[in-house]
Amino acid sequence: MTASPVTGAPAPRLTSEDRWKALRTVSRGDVVYRAVLTGLALLLPLLLLTLAVELVTNAWPAIRRFGFGFFATSVWDPVAGRFGALPLIFGTLYSSLVAMVIAVPLALGVAIFLAEFAPRWMRRPVATLVELLAAIPSVIYGLWGIFVLLPLLRDTLWPVVRPALDWLPIFRGTFYGPSVLAGGIILAVMVLPYVAAVSREVLLAVPAAQREAALALGATRWEAVWTVVLPYGRTGIIGAVILGLGRALGETMAVTMVIGNRHEVSASLVEPGYTIAAAIANEFAEAVSSLHLSALFYAGLVLFVVTVAVNAVARLLIWRVARGSAAGSAAI
Amino acid sequence: MATRLTRRVVGAAMTGATYSAALLAILPLAAILVMLVMKGAGALDWDFFTRSSVPLGETGGGFAHAIVGTLMMVGLACLIGIPIGIGIGIFLAEFGGGALGTLVRFVADVFNGTPSIVLGIFAWTWLVKPMGRFSALAGGFALAVILVPIVARTTEEMVRLVPNSLREAALALGYPRWRTSLQIVTRTAGTGIVTGCLVAMSRVAGETAPLLFTALGNQFFSTRLLEPMAALPLQVYTYAIGPYDEWNRQAWAGALVLILLVLVLGLGARLVTRGRQRQA
Repeated sequence: MTASPVTGAPAPRLTSEDRWKALRTVSRGDVVYRAVLTGLALLLPLLLLTLAVELVTNAWPAIRRFGFGFFATSVWDPVAGRFGALPLIFGTLYSSLVAMVIAVPLALGVAIFLAEFAPRWMRRPVATLVELLAAIPSVIYGLWGIFVLLPLLRDTLWPVVRPALDWLPIFRGTFYGPSVLAGGIILAVMVLPYVAAVSREVLLAVPAAQREAALALGATRWEAVWTVVLPYGRTGIIGAVILGLGRALGETMAVTMVIGNRHEVSASLVEPGYTIAAAIANEFAEAVSSLHLSALFYAGLVLFVVTVAVNAVARLLIWRVARGSAAGSAAI
Repeated sequence: MATRLTRRVVGAAMTGATYSAALLAILPLAAILVMLVMKGAGALDWDFFTRSSVPLGETGGGFAHAIVGTLMMVGLACLIGIPIGIGIGIFLAEFGGGALGTLVRFVADVFNGTPSIVLGIFAWTWLVKPMGRFSALAGGFALAVILVPIVARTTEEMVRLVPNSLREAALALGYPRWRTSLQIVTRTAGTGIVTGCLVAMSRVAGETAPLLFTALGNQFFSTRLLEPMAALPLQVYTYAIGPYDEWNRQAWAGALVLILLVLVLGLGARLVTRGRQRQA
């Protein structure tokens, strides 16, 4: 990977000194070319840096005013100038948790299906369909959520399952439709293709010899998958799940449209909630004061830091399994 | 110790479970597409493509301003983002072995995972706040920030696939390295790079969150870059959460057009690669 032929070593017999001599005779155009490309490449880290700086400077008034209390208080009153982001942070985590609980087992099932069990002719089409799920714009998920999922949950599903689930605290309350549950379900559908695609690549990277060894020892195909393939790919699969979590935490439009947008902390899944991204989407353009805007920046900063951390961990885990770039970017 | 029979039963059950997982995963896709066609097709007519929003109370009107807005802002994003993205991709493939390459690759992936709404507020701080107004320019910039890392990473992979013998042949003929890279390598990787750009465009065309407070949306037809501009996803959003049946009806039609746009771009990407594979 390091010795690209254009920069590095065209012929192995040359010593490194020869190579430097060769480089010196190179035309000036090469120097310019490399400098221009390096300049472009430097843009990305610079952009990330300015992004972080902009977030912090714009959030600074709110940071100074509320400090860490921002994370612990629930009052969000733009008129009185009091802002606490606990409901936003709680709602973001809660809806993402619901999404992961639903999506991870399904996504793993899909990945195992595509990598291990599916007949050859089914693999390409099914993989394409699952990828297509990731191509649908967020706002269309939201539209579908409002006009199909919410009525379905509220009018058809909830009356049936309510008697069985009513005693659980997480299902207590009145169900009007827009809720953490609806947000979590929509998020699950949206996150599933990412987790499934990356997990599938991880499973495909498991050497065939591992499977064959297990089968030779008399394992059924499922046992080979469960006892050998999955443990072998565990790190990468955890990476895939964390990557999906990162998506869920930052997803905006679909969640905004179905979660109910209420600044309150409630353990109930059937009651409305709010997320950081949704609050920014709803309030940013119409912020009533500079402090309000700053509080939204503060919340955005929190979201940014969390998603960057989550993504960094996921990338490192996936890179460890599938060296280089393949698994990470092909799926995204 | 499990008996042979139970082991086989468990195996069959779990295999069946993965089949049903795949089925369950595809179900929402089918449900969404069917609903889009059912509800959207009815509201599609000539007016939808030729007229802009009409004032409340009047029926009719269309999404012409939003369609044009989306095309313009995606075009703007491509204008800014594609050259930069391709440049970064070539850098990563040709000179990206060192620490800078690793850093840039990592940052590109971090950008890829950054919520698009955060990139939206970033564009706001750069272009909306100093200029004192919402503008299509800011929207296009926000989309470009999303586009660049995607284009960069796919370009890198495509350039990497170019066999070294091609580079060596060009160098042996006396081409300088920069011309080798630009004329030989990039042209060989060309279809792959085009695919990457199309994929990135299809992703960006459906983005709503970064436009909310950059382009803002507009009920009127506007092609001015320094004014608020409508966009298809924004218009779908506004009309979906609005309380009027007529709006909701048009939201479905807008969503149908949006998904067609996204799918056509994605399908185009697939066709380009397929042509290339057949050549090889």
